[in-house]
Amino acid sequence: MPDYDAIIIGGGLVGTAVAYGLARRGKKALVLDEGDIAYRASRGNFGLVWVQSKGFGVPEYQRWTRRSSEDWAMFSAELQKETGICSGHERPGGVTICLSEEEFSKRAQRMAQLHVEAGETNFQYEMLDHAGLKKLIPSIGPEVVGASFTPYDGHANPLYTLRALHAALIKHGGTYVPNIKVERIDAAPNSFCITAGGVTYAAPRLVLGAGLGNNPLGKLVGLNVPVRPSRGQIIVTERVQPVLPMPTLMIRQTVEGTLMIGESREDAGFDDTTSPEIMRTLAERAVKTFPFLRNTRIVRTWAALRVMAPDGLPIYEQSSEYPGAFVCTCHSGVTLAAAHALHYAGYVMEGALPAELARFSTQRFDAAHVSTAA
Amino acid sequence: MSPAFDLAIVGAGPAGMAAACTAAGLGLSVAVLDEQPEPGGQIYRGVERLAATRPKQLEWLGPDYAAGLELTRAFRKTRVEYFDGAQVWQVEGASEARLFYKRRGAVGILTAKKFLIAPGAMERPMPVPGWTLPGVMTCGSVQTMLKANGLAPKGRFILAGCGPLLLLLAAQLVRAGIKPAAILETQINRWAALPRLPGFLAAPGYLGKGLGLLRELKTAGIPYHKGVTRLAIKGDSQAREIEYTCGGTTRTEPLDLALLHQGVVPNGNLAWSMRLEHEWDDVQRTFRPVLDAWGRSSNAAVLIAGDAGGIIGAKGAEAMGRIAAFAAAADTGKISSGDANARANNARSVLAQHSGARPFLDALYRPQQQWVAPPDDDTMVCRCEEVRAGEIRRLVTEQQCPGPNQMKSFVRCGMGACQGRLCGLTTVEIIAECRGLPVKDIGYYRIRSPIKPITVGDLATLDVPKREEAVGL
Amino acid sequence: MFQLLPDTTAQTLTVIVNGETVTVPHGFTAAAAMLLCGESATRTTALSGEGRAPYCMMGVCFECLMEINGEPNQQGCLVTVAEGMHINRQQGKREVRE
Repeated sequence: MPDYDAIIIGGGLVGTAVAYGLARRGKKALVLDEGDIAYRASRGNFGLVWVQSKGFGVPEYQRWTRRSSEDWAMFSAELQKETGICSGHERPGGVTICLSEEEFSKRAQRMAQLHVEAGETNFQYEMLDHAGLKKLIPSIGPEVVGASFTPYDGHANPLYTLRALHAALIKHGGTYVPNIKVERIDAAPNSFCITAGGVTYAAPRLVLGAGLGNNPLGKLVGLNVPVRPSRGQIIVTERVQPVLPMPTLMIRQTVEGTLMIGESREDAGFDDTTSPEIMRTLAERAVKTFPFLRNTRIVRTWAALRVMAPDGLPIYEQSSEYPGAFVCTCHSGVTLAAAHALHYAGYVMEGALPAELARFSTQRFDAAHVSTAA
Repeated sequence: MSPAFDLAIVGAGPAGMAAACTAAGLGLSVAVLDEQPEPGGQIYRGVERLAATRPKQLEWLGPDYAAGLELTRAFRKTRVEYFDGAQVWQVEGASEARLFYKRRGAVGILTAKKFLIAPGAMERPMPVPGWTLPGVMTCGSVQTMLKANGLAPKGRFILAGCGPLLLLLAAQLVRAGIKPAAILETQINRWAALPRLPGFLAAPGYLGKGLGLLRELKTAGIPYHKGVTRLAIKGDSQAREIEYTCGGTTRTEPLDLALLHQGVVPNGNLAWSMRLEHEWDDVQRTFRPVLDAWGRSSNAAVLIAGDAGGIIGAKGAEAMGRIAAFAAAADTGKISSGDANARANNARSVLAQHSGARPFLDALYRPQQQWVAPPDDDTMVCRCEEVRAGEIRRLVTEQQCPGPNQMKSFVRCGMGACQGRLCGLTTVEIIAECRGLPVKDIGYYRIRSPIKPITVGDLATLDVPKREEAVGL
Repeated sequence: MFQLLPDTTAQTLTVIVNGETVTVPHGFTAAAAMLLCGESATRTTALSGEGRAPYCMMGVCFECLMEINGEPNQQGCLVTVAEGMHINRQQGKREVRE
């Protein structure tokens, strides 16, 4: 007799969103999580709910991201109603700011491509020149050339979102067991026994939501999850009066008033320390974009490891060897949180992933499958 | 590129100054960076200026403070590169470690073969109801103002808590003719300390000093209430009164200023930010970096001396500074390790004498549970982000929040301007209490650079190569 | 709440604390000048707006944040006074400026 309807490995944004999604459907969900210090992408997140950089050449990704972004308001309201915790979600639209003509024309090309690929789903965007952008965000610096704008973009506080997901999960009868590592998985179709911290838990469904841990865990249930760390570094400042009316790709103001500056991309293996070289580069770009930042004090900097597939896309799959075992992994745990809670959890319970997620199957890693970077 | 210095020292207190003098004497090129405009650290804060302009106050502060003159004079005479008013905001790396600082409005980078971190101690947070009100300060803050500014309390003030500094400050003020309205001493642990008394008695001068302070306070007629089990400071927008429970009776005293103190702990943010290995000291109820007998840390480039490596007091810190300097000299090839051993003998015996007194003092003044994990849910824990004890407790008991870093991300405690300095120990004590685990199993906040405030503009002008390929569109 | 001890031969200078001219000895800190002036709350927090005052006087607590010569959120206990320095309370979140 299994103890739970589903076991989710990983207590970050991805794992907890799926777990909450199961719990809100009345399922008994168990989340197994590592301890206080782990590679936690969810704690290092920048906090964008972002559409306009997603899915060049992969319209399926753009659609999935758009869907989550559309769902976010409802998702956030639901979490607040359940837990009283405000995720800080806002969707005022967002801009990607360009500091050179080259960046601007490249950006314009990409947005046009997204528009074409969107087809009948339509993709609204605007390329703003300096003057146009200054009307939206008056504090930009003289070196800013322009920006792309879409109304779909927004942001949220990833930490409060995570806290709310944990609270909502527990409120719906979910169980959260931290400070353990999975020691063993005994898998059979629709029957999984997970041993962790010396205790064995059983359920007919298993969801791998363990970020970088999905790579080794996947092997235990016949899933090929070739995710690798991609280091991102972030700067956060003191609280200041409201100055940014909308998020930008690299700089946003949180509801608390702090300004977040990010983010870099580099392969540093599992090294999650910051580096002065990246920090300097980030800071220089930030000051060019918003000169007021020059005199703004930094409170903290950090690095975190994104969970990256070789093509940058999410990985959604059910094991063919052990049906009932799913993997859910991506580098946009905030943006896709709504989709994971409201939709992916349902697919897990139904025991089948829909055709719209076929593009994110692990099959793309099997053969010489050609794919475009997202 | 070869490092600019053999040894870079962070902090010009007793450990830093002694290390600088010793290392320079052995032929090492030495840089000393210190946040203050004058050498001395907090313990000898402003001692040169005070001796020059307020010599009478030197008597009030006492011989242990005046002793700092000799060391600061020796330090001034030593050939070192002294960066006064320099805030070290990051030290990073191991084999090619670099130190980042801000001085006179500009950021700089300094390289050295070895780094000696000696930022001293800070007062242990004392989270009691009302401790965030204006009119509540620490005993250390008032002593700092006595030393640095010749500034003393006025009106009705009360000292509350425990520890040698509490009694010393009271006596120093009495000597200046300024009498506290009362001393409220929280419970101390006579029985636990008793077996450790012999070491204390053997340490030079400790007993005499302690008894002397008590005698001074008695002669001055300062009301001295012992065994206080509860404290609360009250007032609307300013501390107006203190409520205290003693022997089962609760009383209230009006006041203008409440001065809290319950011992000192390592000033650890720089060591934590480097992710140096730490261990929990259950008697001092604090974490401290893991060090060998020479002050070498888990990072091969970094040594630690003085109270930052575990509380040992000014004289012990000075000895430890010298010992670490011998290690740095040996590690950089200036002297042999045998030579270092022989030379360190003197400092070792001084250190042994002073550290002999610690176990008694540590056990006597080990704060009891309610003073490190405030039982009242409404008590502020994180002053910067205004997080109260109850919120932390509820997240552990109701949401199984596993540790201080998850706590930090859930409620923002430790995310404010002080970067956890004033809430870190309280947060981990509360989590440990709720989970029924020792604090050593709970861990501590990940402390992040910059540990001193710099601006985005500072970072943008840092003299390091750019990494454009990793940043941007 | 605070008084200067007598018997000092230190030279003095003048600073402007919350608009009032005050004479203080050389080597004073901005936070000490505020306290000498009898200021209670020297800042209000960016969160709840409650009043706070210097607490540790050694640079660790960040309670003494004040506006010094127009620059917001300075640690007053780490700033040595200079002739004519303007020292003001910090009111909540700072504003940004170029």
